[in-house]
Amino acid sequence: MENLQLIIPELFISIIIMFLLIFGVFKKNSSQLVYNLTTVSLVAALALIINLDTQIQSSLFNNSYNIDSLARFMKILLILSGIFVMLSSSKYIQISKISKIEYPILILCSILGMMVMISSNDLIVFYMGLELQSLALYVLASFNRDNLLSTESGLKYFVLSALSSGLLLYGCSLIYGFSETTNFNQIMVNTKEIEYGLTFGIVFILVGLSFKISAVPFHMWAPDVYQGSPTSVTVFFALLPKIAALTVFIRFLYIPFYELGDQWQMIIIFLSIASMVFGAVAAIGQKNLKRLIAYSSISHMGYALAGLSTGTTQGMQSSITYITIYLVMNLAFFCCLFMLKRNDEYYENIDDLSGLSKNHPLLSLSLLVVLFSLAGIPPLAGFFAKFYIFVAVINEKMYFLAIVGLLATVIAAFYYLRIIKIIYFDPEKEKFETKHNLGLKFTLVASTFFILAYFIYPSGIVDIISQININ
Amino acid sequence: MNFPILSSLILLPTIGALFIFFVRSSNSQYQSSKYVALFITLANFFLSLYLWIVFDKSIVDFQFVEEREWISGFVNYKVGVDGISILFILLTTFITPICVITVNATIKNRLKDFLIAILILETFMIGVFCSLDLVVFYLFFEAGLIPMFLIIGIWGGERRVYSAFKFFLYTLLGSVLMLVAIISIYWITGTTDVINLYELGIDAKYQNLLWLAFFSSFAVKTPMWPVHTWLPDAHVEAPTAGSVLLAAILLKMAGYGFIRFSLGLFPDASLYFVPLVYTLSLIAIIYTSLVALMQEDMKKLIAYSSVAHMGFVTLGIFTMTQQGIEGSIFQMISHGLVSAALFLCVGVVYDRLHTRLINRYGGLVSIMPKYAIVFMVFTLGALGLPGTSGFIGEFLVLMGAFKKNILVATIASLGVILGAAYMLWLYKRIIFGKLINEDLKKMVDLKRFEIVTLWLLVLPIIFFGFYPEPLINSIEVSVANMIDMNDLDKINKLALGD
Repeated sequence: MENLQLIIPELFISIIIMFLLIFGVFKKNSSQLVYNLTTVSLVAALALIINLDTQIQSSLFNNSYNIDSLARFMKILLILSGIFVMLSSSKYIQISKISKIEYPILILCSILGMMVMISSNDLIVFYMGLELQSLALYVLASFNRDNLLSTESGLKYFVLSALSSGLLLYGCSLIYGFSETTNFNQIMVNTKEIEYGLTFGIVFILVGLSFKISAVPFHMWAPDVYQGSPTSVTVFFALLPKIAALTVFIRFLYIPFYELGDQWQMIIIFLSIASMVFGAVAAIGQKNLKRLIAYSSISHMGYALAGLSTGTTQGMQSSITYITIYLVMNLAFFCCLFMLKRNDEYYENIDDLSGLSKNHPLLSLSLLVVLFSLAGIPPLAGFFAKFYIFVAVINEKMYFLAIVGLLATVIAAFYYLRIIKIIYFDPEKEKFETKHNLGLKFTLVASTFFILAYFIYPSGIVDIISQININ
Repeated sequence: MNFPILSSLILLPTIGALFIFFVRSSNSQYQSSKYVALFITLANFFLSLYLWIVFDKSIVDFQFVEEREWISGFVNYKVGVDGISILFILLTTFITPICVITVNATIKNRLKDFLIAILILETFMIGVFCSLDLVVFYLFFEAGLIPMFLIIGIWGGERRVYSAFKFFLYTLLGSVLMLVAIISIYWITGTTDVINLYELGIDAKYQNLLWLAFFSSFAVKTPMWPVHTWLPDAHVEAPTAGSVLLAAILLKMAGYGFIRFSLGLFPDASLYFVPLVYTLSLIAIIYTSLVALMQEDMKKLIAYSSVAHMGFVTLGIFTMTQQGIEGSIFQMISHGLVSAALFLCVGVVYDRLHTRLINRYGGLVSIMPKYAIVFMVFTLGALGLPGTSGFIGEFLVLMGAFKKNILVATIASLGVILGAAYMLWLYKRIIFGKLINEDLKKMVDLKRFEIVTLWLLVLPIIFFGFYPEPLINSIEVSVANMIDMNDLDKINKLALGD
């Protein structure tokens, strides 16, 4: 009998999904109730994960499902982000008239998929989690079905994502063909000799994964999907799938392909440099804040990949630190976006921010902190995120990558400064509403405080992350 | 010494800023926040004065060292002062309250935000001068960009956006290479602690590249020719208090960095790159002096004169002689006082006439005699007349330069003449001549707070001009130690002040 208590959180969420589905169908007008129940059950899931016996490092189902320190940390991160996303966007989905029972249930489905992805130690389990996540996300992207942009973004995401899933699956089959197994650890054992088919398999899998975290040149979907989806879905897109995809990246690179470093290292370095530079340059001309943050997140994924490209444990840990801080910064940014509301309408163009600091000093101060942090200016959290990455990169003597990355931060600083300029230097416009729900305010204050005060005690997170080791 | 005096110096302004931020003022103009800011900055000044008094000037080691674990196993928060850094801390805490006083006339809107920005900036500036860890130094060095960007951008003149962006991006671009160098140093030596690094030394084969990376950052910040173009723009558009802080302290961070890091950590590379620094400094001295002669905007003229004066500083530092380095430090302190005073003087007339064009003025001596007197002192200080602090600095720098290279020293001396030319000509065009502009007749002489701020600056300029001993005394041991430690100079040292 398997030790099922290790997957209690996953089981719990599955049961909640089924329960809420039935509950929502039979009880009329229960969309808000279902939404709140979802948030509560996420909190419960978080408690269950934290409560897992941390001593056991074990795998389940013929070693195809892995509950190690990496999985545990990433799941906590995932659920926490999920909770904060739910807290901050509750008002938005009511006003945008997308408050239906399916919405929170789809979110739970995709979170379940992500949890499976994070823990997967087998090609088939991994693919199952990926598809569960993606199918829910396709629907979420086009959830505002009366809006042309939203449906377009859903369709675009579906078509391109299906293509990348196809590539990924083809890669998986090649790997299986050459290693005679689908288990990650077995693959590592069976692939001591490099064969062409194996290299092709690695490339196809990396392409598919790059698509999922929108690394250049597989980023085309991101700006359109970010802009078209309802903002509450955009924030979900910007945070949670990145955690899952990065974890899968780490698992692939550090378990099955670990011995084949010289096969994939150049690919990752290329993806990283291309994403950092392209994301920074392309964001300069943007007028829509959601589109801009899409390019900015492309650029940020480049830095996370730079850490992974070192192939060292330190690099992996720096990437995890990076994604953690990235999540907080993006969460704070989207909270600010949710506050740009006037007469039940949300504003998302850069020009709408004009002169914001005169009427909304506190909101603009948070934006200032978030934007400088995204730009990586010390002493804010974003600087430390980049700092750890470069420490790991320079330790491997990859000076070229470090210098390109740092130059890209200067380019990126330009467009962040442009937003700050519009907020602080430009003439003021009409006031926005100042009444917001508590969850949104709490999320913004908590995340801004984290960014601002990170420098006081930077060891906290580093110490936790430095215990993550998968080899 | 258990009381963490340096950390208090760093934190006090931030606490003041938080206080101003959270406490609501009774009136909508936030006038009372000004007094809070003034109180905090003055308290900081007296604290640093106390630090200077209890500081033991005969000891080589860093004093008041505090060390705390920060990023575990990697970087420690470490601060401490030696004879050099303590002077810059004093300069910072002395100039900041003066800036707070000037907000009276210059800042019309968002006074509260302005004071917060100034106080936060003071925290970062003091942090730069007392950090003894490369990462901590970088953190403070870069963080100063945020408040300065806002000060120029929000309260600046017409082309403020362009200037603020130029300032920010230039400086950021310069310093990213320094970050790479700092991390490389960590992997080469296993520490970023400056005191440890002084003892360990860095292998000569790495030094040149690391030196260049640090140089790229400091050269932009100094600013050295040809990367000086951000400075005139930033100065012209910044509000008076911003210009004062920029000229008096922010530029000195780079000079301080040259002494503390370029000379201290990479002595071999510094020796290797001496011709480069000499060339750039001489171009800065001669070329920007000529450019200054042609300026029609007062602030631009003073900004270019700053570049020329900082040329003397870099020249002096890289003579690597006792006199040269002492002269550079003296010149930085003196320039900090004089340029601050000159920008305040420009601010005085700008507040009245709202133009900085030199040809709109003339004949001010008859209507603003008090102004003419203080302006005279500062003009003479800027051109280095004996009896002002400017003279001592330039004289020592040239003396150091003559010991090393007569040609370089001769060309640099020409710069002194050019300096006299543009400063005296500026003075002549503004103060003397006929009162042609009718608007000028309505101008009133110095108000009380202006008299206070300007005379506060006159006193040290003249005092240190006649009696430089306290400053020289403070830096002598530290400079001598630095030269000894790195074998920078094998020529017999001429004790100064004897």
